[in-house]
Amino acid sequence: MTSLLAQTPLHAWHAAHGGRMVDFAGWSMPVQYASIVAEHNATRTAVGLFDVSHMGRIRFDGPGSEAFLDSLVTRRVAGMKPGQIRYALMTNDEGGILDDVLVYHLHDKHRAAYYLLVVNASNRQKIWGWLDAHRPGADLELRDATVDTAMIAVQGPRALEIVRPYTALDPSTLRYYTGAETEMGGTPGILSRTGYTGEDGCELILPAEAALELWEKLFAAAEPRGGKAAGLGARDTLRLEAGMPLYGHELSEDINPYQAGLGYAVDLDHRAFPGRDALVKLRDDENLPRRAGWELAGKRVPREGYAVLRDGRAVGRVTSGTFSPSLGKPIAMGYVPAELTAPGSEVAIDIRGSHEPATTVKLPFYRRPQ
Amino acid sequence: MKPQELLYAKTHEWVHVDRDSGGQKLATVGISHFAVEALTDLVYIELPEVGRHVKAGESFGEVESVKAVSDLYSPVAGEIVDVNGSLTLKLDLLHDDPYAAGWIVKIKISDESGLKNLLDYKTYEKQCAEEGH
Repeated sequence: MTSLLAQTPLHAWHAAHGGRMVDFAGWSMPVQYASIVAEHNATRTAVGLFDVSHMGRIRFDGPGSEAFLDSLVTRRVAGMKPGQIRYALMTNDEGGILDDVLVYHLHDKHRAAYYLLVVNASNRQKIWGWLDAHRPGADLELRDATVDTAMIAVQGPRALEIVRPYTALDPSTLRYYTGAETEMGGTPGILSRTGYTGEDGCELILPAEAALELWEKLFAAAEPRGGKAAGLGARDTLRLEAGMPLYGHELSEDINPYQAGLGYAVDLDHRAFPGRDALVKLRDDENLPRRAGWELAGKRVPREGYAVLRDGRAVGRVTSGTFSPSLGKPIAMGYVPAELTAPGSEVAIDIRGSHEPATTVKLPFYRRPQ
Repeated sequence: MKPQELLYAKTHEWVHVDRDSGGQKLATVGISHFAVEALTDLVYIELPEVGRHVKAGESFGEVESVKAVSDLYSPVAGEIVDVNGSLTLKLDLLHDDPYAAGWIVKIKISDESGLKNLLDYKTYEKQCAEEGH
């Protein structure tokens, strides 16, 4: 069965370094090398190296690219400056979330503009189909660059100093949520000040065949500084502490952006995109469940699917939960009626029959020291 | 206790059978080093009450890691006569000393028939090697 899974250009490295490989959205990915907590803490205190090559990368070239993307995502793409990166959603006609994405506006070495869309691995085929279905008439070329490239996330307070020697462009000159083409490890690639951990850091996209050499250099630089290679397990605990939603858990086609607390990523004014008209109506609908975060005083950990209770009655559901290594207590996110999302609201979570008290807290759970 | 001298359940609990002062068979139960390594990042253990009667294969508690929760299954039928309360304060014992200080419960065996389903060290090791792939 494992032979049917896609492998990133770093797969052999993971396997040789104790990576526990699991099936994630059709990819064989390391969930951890030794300890999730150790990898988590290394990222919070020094640096974590993540292979995120499984994320989908779709490139748009041609004069129609800007208008095409603008017509499909919840935020304005028209008017994005070269180098700018924007978090946005793609929604269906009912306003349900198809995916959460990053839109990169970049210039190639000939100063020609193009766009890159980074999508969740689990949604890559769906989004490709959605783009393809809306494409007729648009003057552009679409290319799925996922397998030709690798993507490495370097995250943590020491991330930039680890990357700096290997990129022509100094990553500290990039503002948060900007990126640029630059040389990295001797080949052209894309460097961006982005991530999914709540830490400072950057992400590198480079040709698949150049990835291993650069990864090994970054790893050699990271290790003596207390850094570690980190797997999907730590990526999940880090993003959860940072209050970031994950598609398939907090986000789905049955959830609209306002329910998910992502209203900031939706721009409805003078726009046309699938779901826009539905979202105008849904924006202030207080009858739909909303995303909330909880901290628990006990040690038992809420997991996806567990019921959230108020006065002994089920009022919602946990979508992600873990034991927070940074806070030393269990945390969870999920959906409950809007009136229960106020910080301080007391609920209980049914953890295998035991009703554990949980306090609603403002997201994120963890904010890095400035 | 040497891991080579213990018996194992397919669900990764180890068993050491001894006799108490009254001559009755007493099982000390823990979880194997392999299981602890597979779980990693343990955060919590739920221990049973002393005096509870369990059947062979029945869940008597659970151990929780950052990633998942796993049931602890009794390898034998009997009465729980002792639990290792120090684990709730020092869960690391499961990792650092799984076959001695990391024991979990002691069970006064009421029915010995469950013992014949347990694996010896060699067979258990083989099972782990297969699971490791």
